[in-house]
Amino acid sequence: MKKTVILEELECAHCAAKMETAVKELNGVESCSVNFLTQKMEIVASEDAMDKILAEAKKIVKKIEPDVEFIIK
Amino acid sequence: MTKKLKKRLRRIVAGAVCFVLCILAEKLLPHMSANVLLIAYLVTYFIVGNDVVKGAVANIKNGQIFDEKFLMVLATVGAFLISEYPEAVAVMLFYQVGEWFQSYAVNKSRKSIKELMDIRPDYANVCRNGNVETVDPQEVAKGEMIQIKPGERIPLDGVIVTGNTSVDTMALTGESLPRDLDAGDEVISGCINLSGLIEVRVSKEFGESTVTKILDLVENSASKKAETENFITKFARWYTPVVVILATILAVIPSLITGDWSVWIYRALSFLVISCPCALVISVPLSFFGGIGAASKNGILVKGSNYLEALADARIAVMDKTGTLTKGEFAVSEIMAVNEDKKQVLFYAAYGERFSNHPIAKCLVDAYERQYGKVTNLSEKDEDGTESAVEELAGYGVLVMYEGKQVAVGNEKLMIRQLKNNKWNEIKETILHMDQEEPAGTICHVSYGDSYMGYILIEDQLKQDAEQCVAGLKKEGIRRIVMLTGDREKAAEKIAGALGITEYHASLLPGDKVDRVEEIFAGKKEGEKLIFVGDGMNDAPVLARADIGIAMGGLGSDAAIEAADIVIMTDEPGKIPQAMRISKKTIQIVKQNIAFAIGVKVLVLLLAAFGIATMWAAVFADVGVAFIAILNAMRALKLR
Repeated sequence: MKKTVILEELECAHCAAKMETAVKELNGVESCSVNFLTQKMEIVASEDAMDKILAEAKKIVKKIEPDVEFIIK
Repeated sequence: MTKKLKKRLRRIVAGAVCFVLCILAEKLLPHMSANVLLIAYLVTYFIVGNDVVKGAVANIKNGQIFDEKFLMVLATVGAFLISEYPEAVAVMLFYQVGEWFQSYAVNKSRKSIKELMDIRPDYANVCRNGNVETVDPQEVAKGEMIQIKPGERIPLDGVIVTGNTSVDTMALTGESLPRDLDAGDEVISGCINLSGLIEVRVSKEFGESTVTKILDLVENSASKKAETENFITKFARWYTPVVVILATILAVIPSLITGDWSVWIYRALSFLVISCPCALVISVPLSFFGGIGAASKNGILVKGSNYLEALADARIAVMDKTGTLTKGEFAVSEIMAVNEDKKQVLFYAAYGERFSNHPIAKCLVDAYERQYGKVTNLSEKDEDGTESAVEELAGYGVLVMYEGKQVAVGNEKLMIRQLKNNKWNEIKETILHMDQEEPAGTICHVSYGDSYMGYILIEDQLKQDAEQCVAGLKKEGIRRIVMLTGDREKAAEKIAGALGITEYHASLLPGDKVDRVEEIFAGKKEGEKLIFVGDGMNDAPVLARADIGIAMGGLGSDAAIEAADIVIMTDEPGKIPQAMRISKKTIQIVKQNIAFAIGVKVLVLLLAAFGIATMWAAVFADVGVAFIAILNAMRALKLR
């Protein structure tokens, strides 16, 4: 399944790339892309693993750019 | 300007004022103690950069050491340690100013992108239980009736039940001429209803509607990254660590040799300031996204940055004929009348074919009615019994009585049958000058009684901008254009000749097209790309096989949108050279930014290593370059 997350206040493009790389390496993630311009992160993963992955992804985002709001659509 | 930006601006102004006061104090009060001065500078430093310091501390806790903020703090704290107080504050101030401009530019481009994609309808007026309710388009089910007033955006795809209007499809097709629609016509979401109130039966849910598909496509296009983008990502991953390691070497080794620690540490700190690859990381994807946005504004949907990038290298174009270069509909292109009365010939033909549903028959009737009025009005004479009904002879044509004599409309075989005493061969030689050659289109002969009246040539029509398309492609660097068609040799030859296409293959079955494209692939040189242009309906395998598959007429056709890499929303092949132009200009902007950003950084790194560039120059090389690169990238949004 695919989930879209809005990353409000995403300011640093370099950080966006870092987030993408880190989330991609999470267990169970098929693909992940962060669009710096539309401020969206898209995660493709299996349905049962999704909740866990979203929680992990949020941690990663907060770690890289603490000001970003992580809003699950 | 957002709240956050305003807050940051206030901080910059406050910091700048304090900074000037500090400098004045240092100059005017030479007897002031060094400690007081240090405290004044430190306070200013925190006013300017407390968020950067906070961010840096947070990053260290999280183990992010190659972060821009951390490196900036390291550089400025280093400057304090070697007693370069004004330098430390100035660098932080400059950095903040640069960051501010960078955020401002990013915000601005985000806004332009939003405007570009501002085709999402906000609401729908749905008719339920005799009332009109305003709801979110997502809540409307297939089959419900919606009302669209003049000036409103069409929220969902559907069919007009009552009313007629004209709609503006500009946002989807780039076409400024409004389209006139009547009851029974399809309306497409995302267009704007201009003149009349219409009631529409919804044929697709919001998630399946054209507007949603287009928006998803454009938004997701950034996830298919261009090669250049991947290069930049890799470059960024290595750049920062390499510069930081160089800075460490620069700080330690020459200092050990010369013993002049503060000079070399200062130079090393400049390195840290330049160590963020921000200019590239932001501006390259922004340029591609801008190019894709600009294309979509012109009715060209590009499904990924990779396709936009590849399009610039297209050298071979394989094009389908029917529906791509030609309209795929028949029309009268020539009337030959033995007695010069073209109207009469066309009238007999239309009169004979007026009840038929065959496409050729329809185009004969259309051609007459468009110029001279209804044919059917005249058919009232049928009732008086002097005339027989239309008689269809399969494989020949039709026969019908008109004012006492028999009208025959059909092929050569019918003429041979109708005209007595071998008259046909005589006519063929003396009047028509036809040899045995097969004509390019379909010829419809007309006779009245036992005299030959003339013929009507019916052909598939070239699209208006087909010629412009071929010329444009050549101009954009396409070196080989091949036309493929399932149509007969003669028809293909005529179209190819008219357009100046020298290579074509006719009478192909759908499977043959793939084989042909494979053959053409074999003749492709290294680095060249092959594009295939088709109507997306029955060309799916070829569209997939080509480096870039381009489908025509995407508006309202899901098949075309699904199958291709690039979708031309209108039926205009002239958009293909335009797409290539946008692609090339985008690549140009990307290259400029890469050359500019890397060039300035390397230059300043070298100058800093030899002590020529100061930390100020380093800040410019970091944030100043990023700002300029973003501004340059934003040009891509405006391409045409």
